[in-house]
Amino acid sequence: MSKIWQEFSKGIFKENPLLILLLGMCPALAVTTAVENGIGMGLASTFVLVCSNIVVSIIRGVIPNKVRIPAFIVVIASFVTIVDLFLNGYMYELWKSLGLFIPLIVVNCMILGRAEAFASRNSIMMSFFDGLGMGLGFTLALVVLSTFREILGNGTFFGIKLFGEGFEPAVLMILPPGAFITLGFMVAGVNAINKRREERSGK
Amino acid sequence: MTELLLIIVSAVLVNNFVLSRFLGICPFIGVSKKVETATGMGMAVIFVMTLASMITWIVEYYLLDPFNLSFLRTITFILVIASLVQLVEMTVQKIAPPLYTALGIYLPLITTNCAILGCAILNIQKNYSFIEASIFGFGSSLGFTLAIVLFAGIRQRLSLYRVPKSMEGAAIALITAGILSLAFLGFSGLVK
Repeated sequence: MSKIWQEFSKGIFKENPLLILLLGMCPALAVTTAVENGIGMGLASTFVLVCSNIVVSIIRGVIPNKVRIPAFIVVIASFVTIVDLFLNGYMYELWKSLGLFIPLIVVNCMILGRAEAFASRNSIMMSFFDGLGMGLGFTLALVVLSTFREILGNGTFFGIKLFGEGFEPAVLMILPPGAFITLGFMVAGVNAINKRREERSGK
Repeated sequence: MTELLLIIVSAVLVNNFVLSRFLGICPFIGVSKKVETATGMGMAVIFVMTLASMITWIVEYYLLDPFNLSFLRTITFILVIASLVQLVEMTVQKIAPPLYTALGIYLPLITTNCAILGCAILNIQKNYSFIEASIFGFGSSLGFTLAIVLFAGIRQRLSLYRVPKSMEGAAIALITAGILSLAFLGFSGLVK
């Protein structure tokens, strides 16, 4: 039980895919202009990650070593197609605002990275919790990033106006440069917290 | 003719793939510590992206469209790109060994470069003709190269200066990229 908890929780902070491992930066920067999009992208990636982790873990004994990467990519691409069609059918608005970045979940290095580094070596149960933890960690990072950007750049949170008429939003934050700069400061913040933790445990 | 020129200018400066569309960020941050490696990566991307735009266009309009299989687009394109990269790698190794030694290590990395797949899908979404699609692929990869070489130049300089401890590495790189992207924002309005 403690091992499951360990695999699950490592993705949330200690090995957060976006803030520590720096994987999956393209969708993270592109879609986080609003919190809604951030959550949508995070959950879509989590779904693909969990499913592909399970399937890769099931077929890990059958796939010859040489063709494993193309095989993983096919598995991932199938789940991405499912997500794409599902969002198109049931959540058209979200599908439109995520746009190009739904098919691009296929080349999110986070998902292929987990398939290769974890699911192809571990049991189904462990792979499931690893995928879930990593996916939620990614979602969490996206939510924080998009919260900053939406509040500063648009003056809203979840589309609700937060400030009075006098508030002049910093439009820069929802433009591309704001994404880079916000993520840069978030990575620096996480680094600083980790450094302080290390120093404390060292003493 | 002007239309094709507009596609190039817009892909290189206005809608730069890295700095305003956020495609290909991983290699952009990963292989930009030195100008030489950045140039190598850029060349490899120009080569593969132009080819990939042409081939995926042909696959879409002569294979997927006639048989109504466009829901298989994502899965087909990624496989086409992966095998194309493999093929290019083998051909270059056989025909032009010096080019291979220059581009060699960057070629396999390109398969997971989202800029390539993104460009292929954009070509279809924008309903480009074959010529336009190949020009768009070429222009976009040119924009990628411009951005990564500029960025590598800045990072090379930056490595000589002392930055706050927790900002070292990726954090300062991202903020630098933000400022570079701010500079590219100045081109918006150049092309409608």
